[in-house]
Amino acid sequence: MSNTPNELFYTKSHEWVRIEDDGTFTIGISDHAQALLGDIVYIELPEVDSELDAEQDCAVIESVKAASDLYTPVAGTVIAVNEELEDAPETINGDAYGEGWIFKLQPTSLDSVKGLMQAEEYSALVAEDDE
Amino acid sequence: MLIFEQSQADRFNKAQQPGEAIALSDIPSEFRRQQRVALPGVSELQSVRHYTRLSQKNFSIDTHFYPLGSCTMKYNPRACNTLAMHSNFLGQHPLTPASNGQGFLQCIYELQEILKEATGMRSVSMQPMAGAQGEFAGVAMIRAYHDARGDTARSEILCPDAAHGTNPATATMCGYKVREIPTGDDGDVDLEALRAVVGPQTAGIMLTNPSTLGVFDRNIKEIADLVHQAGGLLYYDGANLNAILGKVKPGDMGFDVIHINLHKTFSTPHGGGGPGSGPVGVSERLLPFIPVPMAAKTDDEYHWLTEKECPQSIGRLSANMGNSGIMLRAYIYARMLGREGLERVADYATLNANYLMVKLMEAGFEVALPGRRATHEFIVTLKKLTRETGVTAMDVAKRLLDYGYHAPTTYFPLIVPECLLIEPTETESKEEIDGFIAALCAVKQEAYDDPEKVKSAPHTLPVKRLDDVRAARELDLRWTGEESLIKSG
Amino acid sequence: MPFIPHTEHDTQQMLDAIGAKNIEQLFDEIPEALRSRGLDNIPPGLNELEVTRLIKQRAARDQPLICFAGAGAYEHHIPAAVWELTTRGEFYTAYTPYQAEASQGTLQLLYEYQTMMSSLMGMDLSNASLYDGASALAEAVLMAIRANRKSKSRRVLIPTTVHPDYRRVVKNIVNNQGIELVELDYCTECGQVMVDSLAQYEQSDYAALVIPQPNFFGNLEQVDQLTDWAHDHKMLVIGVVNPMAMAVIAPPGEWGEQGADIACGEGQPLGIPLSWGGPFYGFIACKQKQVRQMPGRIIGRTVDRDGNRGFVLTLQAREQHIRRSKATSNICTNQGLMVTASTIYMSLMGAEGVERTAMHSHTNTKALLEQLTAIEGVKRRFSAAYFHEVVIQLNQPAAPVLEKLAKAGYLGGFSLATDYAELGDALVVCVTETKSDEEINQFAHAFAQALR
Repeated sequence: MSNTPNELFYTKSHEWVRIEDDGTFTIGISDHAQALLGDIVYIELPEVDSELDAEQDCAVIESVKAASDLYTPVAGTVIAVNEELEDAPETINGDAYGEGWIFKLQPTSLDSVKGLMQAEEYSALVAEDDE
Repeated sequence: MLIFEQSQADRFNKAQQPGEAIALSDIPSEFRRQQRVALPGVSELQSVRHYTRLSQKNFSIDTHFYPLGSCTMKYNPRACNTLAMHSNFLGQHPLTPASNGQGFLQCIYELQEILKEATGMRSVSMQPMAGAQGEFAGVAMIRAYHDARGDTARSEILCPDAAHGTNPATATMCGYKVREIPTGDDGDVDLEALRAVVGPQTAGIMLTNPSTLGVFDRNIKEIADLVHQAGGLLYYDGANLNAILGKVKPGDMGFDVIHINLHKTFSTPHGGGGPGSGPVGVSERLLPFIPVPMAAKTDDEYHWLTEKECPQSIGRLSANMGNSGIMLRAYIYARMLGREGLERVADYATLNANYLMVKLMEAGFEVALPGRRATHEFIVTLKKLTRETGVTAMDVAKRLLDYGYHAPTTYFPLIVPECLLIEPTETESKEEIDGFIAALCAVKQEAYDDPEKVKSAPHTLPVKRLDDVRAARELDLRWTGEESLIKSG
Repeated sequence: MPFIPHTEHDTQQMLDAIGAKNIEQLFDEIPEALRSRGLDNIPPGLNELEVTRLIKQRAARDQPLICFAGAGAYEHHIPAAVWELTTRGEFYTAYTPYQAEASQGTLQLLYEYQTMMSSLMGMDLSNASLYDGASALAEAVLMAIRANRKSKSRRVLIPTTVHPDYRRVVKNIVNNQGIELVELDYCTECGQVMVDSLAQYEQSDYAALVIPQPNFFGNLEQVDQLTDWAHDHKMLVIGVVNPMAMAVIAPPGEWGEQGADIACGEGQPLGIPLSWGGPFYGFIACKQKQVRQMPGRIIGRTVDRDGNRGFVLTLQAREQHIRRSKATSNICTNQGLMVTASTIYMSLMGAEGVERTAMHSHTNTKALLEQLTAIEGVKRRFSAAYFHEVVIQLNQPAAPVLEKLAKAGYLGGFSLATDYAELGDALVVCVTETKSDEEINQFAHAFAQALR
């Protein structure tokens, strides 16, 4: 059973969003997604300052047998990326919601999370996937 | 041991030196190499022994049953190699005038004719050097056709979700967007889904038939009509032509352009990853765009057609005539089999696959499409085994190696979980297939009795299970003389 | 039945197991209207004796000419052991090494090849091959456009001193992706690209500059200056080179201040027969930082579960079978067997062997040039230094001269009249280490005859 923290928002393509106190968003991939990918060997991070539209592909995560695009859940400007992952992409496998965060975004609109899933809804989706 | 670990800087192979070293006084030093090339210093015997021993670490058709689905690993007759290596073929520079190569050109011309008959196409060019390059030529011709008609708004190529990765990758290289079409539960393309996406933006569709799921798409005529009515063209990926040789021709199914893998259906060697050869065939309407050079015949003289004679051609994709030596092997194979031999290819490839499928079902294996006939290959899914024992399709594949069988294709097509795609080919005997069935049954039993043994396989090969995660994280792509692996960015 | 082992008894037992009356029934899912009526236009089968007779008759018509042509395909001596080993069934009939543990022979050999080729090019790493030199240059152009983060341009500079058929192939492969090839002129006196002629390109954005070495005329380009100029203007540098020449000529990794970014070319000179132009193989090598933009298969070293050394296909997430429409290339099958031959060739020759081969090829060409230019009506065309090909100017059209030479048993070179009309009646000739002094004398004599 994968771990799905309640305080986060989720997408169908398995990204998560955390709303920070300063109104910025932190984004990563879910525990379920990292398990599907298997041992992650490489990540191509988005570029800081790049402006992204909602659902735009902005990063690539590679395991040995798969490569997966990361789509930004909401529109905004990239303000930071987790450079630690360049040397240790396996951090995502170990701690998808903590040290394995991927990038931070200044969202165009705070309301943009409204279209995303809550933990309960996402867990149901994952359960369906596991069928 | 690597060849470099046997090297001595001052040892060299006298018999292979063309003469003494000479000073190159008239080439200014600014053009000269500074650091000497690091090739091994070994004797001829050291080299011969090293590479002979390396060869012995390979599974191959000549040594093992190799039921790799979608790859058609059939016997490569030795005569094809021996005759194609005739010194009068090997010694010919590509600039040799046609008048000096009538024997070779006749072989290539007749091979084109044989492939036309086998596929029902109007014309065949031997130019592409592998299947993926054949695909490129095909989609480039589709593009040239639309462009020539001023029909430039077509931006999409359709591919089934079970397609070979080369199909979508090719469409991208030709500047198209790819749209995937789902497969129905019966294994055929989902016609409703196709209807929903086909339209004025459709440049064409790329199909393999029999499909990568190992079944013949029964709706091929409807698919062809749908795409043609929308103004799109049909591309046939010939990866599975072995299954239908002489039974049904791509041209009759309505395809406008096709490629054939000579290294599959026409039994040229796979060589540890090539060379292949991917000739393309076209219907009447794509004829002006076919790639060159092509062999042609006027009266009793053979010659090359080039860009000069075919101004609308998509041109050449190789500096020369393509993989000529491979074409010769395919030609010799086709002449040895002849018309009746080539028809029997599909007969026995299909018989072997269906027998193997039925026997595996009897032994309790789950096939992906149980209600369907196998073509020359079929899919077993091990998801029940994985759920019950934790043993995956990859583990089973590795354990089969211990039993002396090369593994089937694993994890392709991507839409079937824990799958093995199994293609026995027509050149395998019933005894060999029975042995493979027994091995697969034994591995399945082991998965329940001693799953760790299967998960840690192979146990009897030159190496144990290799760590491909480490290979990707700590890239070491050339020998630097150090055991420590290079950490790279 | 050729190559089908089934006895009647086997076939019947198998049909019984399936529950089918006959083999025909196994095709019952193919709609009847589509079924073909056989392959009547294909001739009946031949046994091995008959097909041997046929092919020997065909081959007998094709006596090879004595080769003084190059233009992208070069005749070199190939040690007997190379193809004896390469056509061993274990190499010849293996597939792409997807099951690494059952393919250590091929995988280790390819790792050794990557090591040898990257050293020959002076680059960090090499892939495991592409189709041929021309298509390798096309892949290098696509790679440079992906890799050049400083440029948004989809334009690449390519001198007309690059092989004309390479330029055609590159255009045919990249033009559907909106990539533009901008051709650079050369100096018609010296036969190379002049750096001071490039100022006109400094104002626009280009992704890469292609540099041939030696160029199609056999001349050596001023690679250091060209490389530095391109890097100063934020372009990547693609070297398209003859690997045999690189034994003695500076390889792409040594060009200019930083070296070229990508090296590619035709691997044929290293142990592959001329064979009507194929199968050959393309090579491509690059710097470490561009490895993820590399097309094609790459082999990596790793360890097995006991910690012992082993080799696997790696970085597969770049490739079409995983990345599909976003792959670096659509290439799947490459030219593995050719690389097998080349690796064995390089191990047998060693550094000394390839250097001496390059040296003798050069000095033989020089000897021929001296003899040819002593003939009235023959002049050397260019002033630049050359490797083992050289352009000569004739006092009459080259094509009829080549025809006369062919009648005398020689492949006398490549006429430049079609591709380089500005050079008039010019011809590029090539001599490798395979020609003796006597053969060179005889060819020069035949050449003089043909000019009369």
